[in-house]
Amino acid sequence: MKPAPRLQRLGITGRGLVVALPYLWLLLFFVAPFVIVLKISFSDVDLAIPPYKPLIEWIGKNSLAIKVNLNNYAFLFTDSLYWKSLLNSIKVAFISTLLCLAVGYPMAYGIARARAATRNVLLLLVILPFWTSLLLRVYAWIGLLKANGVINNILMWLGVIHEPLTLLYTPLAMYVGIVYSYLPFMILPLYANLEKMDWQLLEAAEDLGCRPWQAFYKITLPLSRNGMLAGSMLVFIPAVGEFVIPALLGGPNALMIGRVLWDEFFSNRAWPVASAVAILLLVILVPFMMWYQSVQARESAGAR
Amino acid sequence: MNYRSSFFIITCLAFGFAFLYVPILSMVVFSFNASKLVTVWDSANSPTLKWYYSLLHNEEILDAAWISLKVAVINASGSVILGTLAGFGLARFTQFRGRFTLNAMTTAPLVMPEVITGLSMLLLFVALEQTIGWPAGRGITTMTIGHMTFSMAYVTVVVQSRLATFDSALEEAAMDLGARPLKVFFVITLPIIFPAILSGWLLAFTLSWDDLVISSFTSGPGSSTLPMVVFSKVRLGVSPEINVLATITISVVTLMIVGVSLWMARAARLEKTPA
Repeated sequence: MKPAPRLQRLGITGRGLVVALPYLWLLLFFVAPFVIVLKISFSDVDLAIPPYKPLIEWIGKNSLAIKVNLNNYAFLFTDSLYWKSLLNSIKVAFISTLLCLAVGYPMAYGIARARAATRNVLLLLVILPFWTSLLLRVYAWIGLLKANGVINNILMWLGVIHEPLTLLYTPLAMYVGIVYSYLPFMILPLYANLEKMDWQLLEAAEDLGCRPWQAFYKITLPLSRNGMLAGSMLVFIPAVGEFVIPALLGGPNALMIGRVLWDEFFSNRAWPVASAVAILLLVILVPFMMWYQSVQARESAGAR
Repeated sequence: MNYRSSFFIITCLAFGFAFLYVPILSMVVFSFNASKLVTVWDSANSPTLKWYYSLLHNEEILDAAWISLKVAVINASGSVILGTLAGFGLARFTQFRGRFTLNAMTTAPLVMPEVITGLSMLLLFVALEQTIGWPAGRGITTMTIGHMTFSMAYVTVVVQSRLATFDSALEEAAMDLGARPLKVFFVITLPIIFPAILSGWLLAFTLSWDDLVISSFTSGPGSSTLPMVVFSKVRLGVSPEINVLATITISVVTLMIVGVSLWMARAARLEKTPA
């Protein structure tokens, strides 16, 4: 079981080899790209060497708009489109996170307190939509929300309304889509946290004269703090940069930064601007990611 | 069980699950609708299988599905290897240089907005092509690398949490009896974490099969995946064929998930009963 001493002297161990492969992979394909994005966001002159098409197109524009390319970041702050959509994205993601928490918490609580057999079935029901294509589930809402869609048809049939309501391509549709798509990401970490809860604490509190809501507020809620934080991060961070849902349900006026980035890249072919948007978004989101990681570390330390 | 709060909780669960399942079920129902208007039920000619027939003869969708299948299978297999190594390393080696970085690099892809990952991947491929000539153009290879990078993070989490729930005493015992680390891994560890590896594979497959954003950034001409084709169709409005596709997807996923969880429940029971 002794590793070959000569290899060990070189710093090469079995353990090192195990982690080296995923480590190098992520370094090359996950971390290194951000360095390139950063470089392109400053729109380095080196990029003028033109061995492939999209850059040539961009360089063609460069001579006309060289100031814009050198000042991508300044551009982001002077053109109101960018900061408005950034603020709007943060607002939409924040409200969606709160809505997910409001819908997801009672569900996670109910699942955690159900009998073992029921619990497994309910968990399966939460996981199932998560495994079904996000695109198709968002698409389902188009059918439900459009003018001659299911919801309008039912309401008109019931006589509640006489004219179809405009539901699709509204902010409401976007919130529904985001909450719907991200709900499992809120429920699962919350459930994992609540499942470990010692329910005898609640019984003790009630024996000592606490009302159920008081006991919940004083015991369950603080103890599930990490679960709530983890779930909220899993919803908030990706929702800020969400593209598919605003593109399909939000209509042309839905200003979301993920969509702006997509359009800059695919429609305007403005790679440096898209890169600057990506960097800006990263700067905002990285602290949240670090927070998420520390919450996760605390959770797993608590489990041991 | 706290009976006083249970009425409220049961109501929340009922509404929550209705919210999750009504849209899915509506697609299933309307996949049998004869009307091209999709949500207007044509009771004279429905239910019908005509959209199933037309989907299965839609060349564009079938070609895209074939590309998606290839990418998903290669991605799942590659991610399982990378993710198992990372998950094993993080769960079993408590101290090593770069542990923090590896942990961060496997957590970040889980929450990173896809537009950022997609854009950065593409710019990397472009820069690589410029400097070393590989990858030549974009297509299935670049897409698969893109998918593997975020899928492996999910596999890592699954494997790592499975390893955290069983203590290393078995592995240590085997080592004490003189088994080499590699042998211990293949004879003891691998069989125990096999269910996690299987679900990791299925998860990675699904993530790749469903991915739109990273595929759109990293694919090249002639390598449109199924979600890319669906997205361009859906942008033009609802289509009965997409409902059929959704119904097929939902059926396959349901069968797979129920099957795997029954199998795992059985394995867990066998594990508990003394031999």
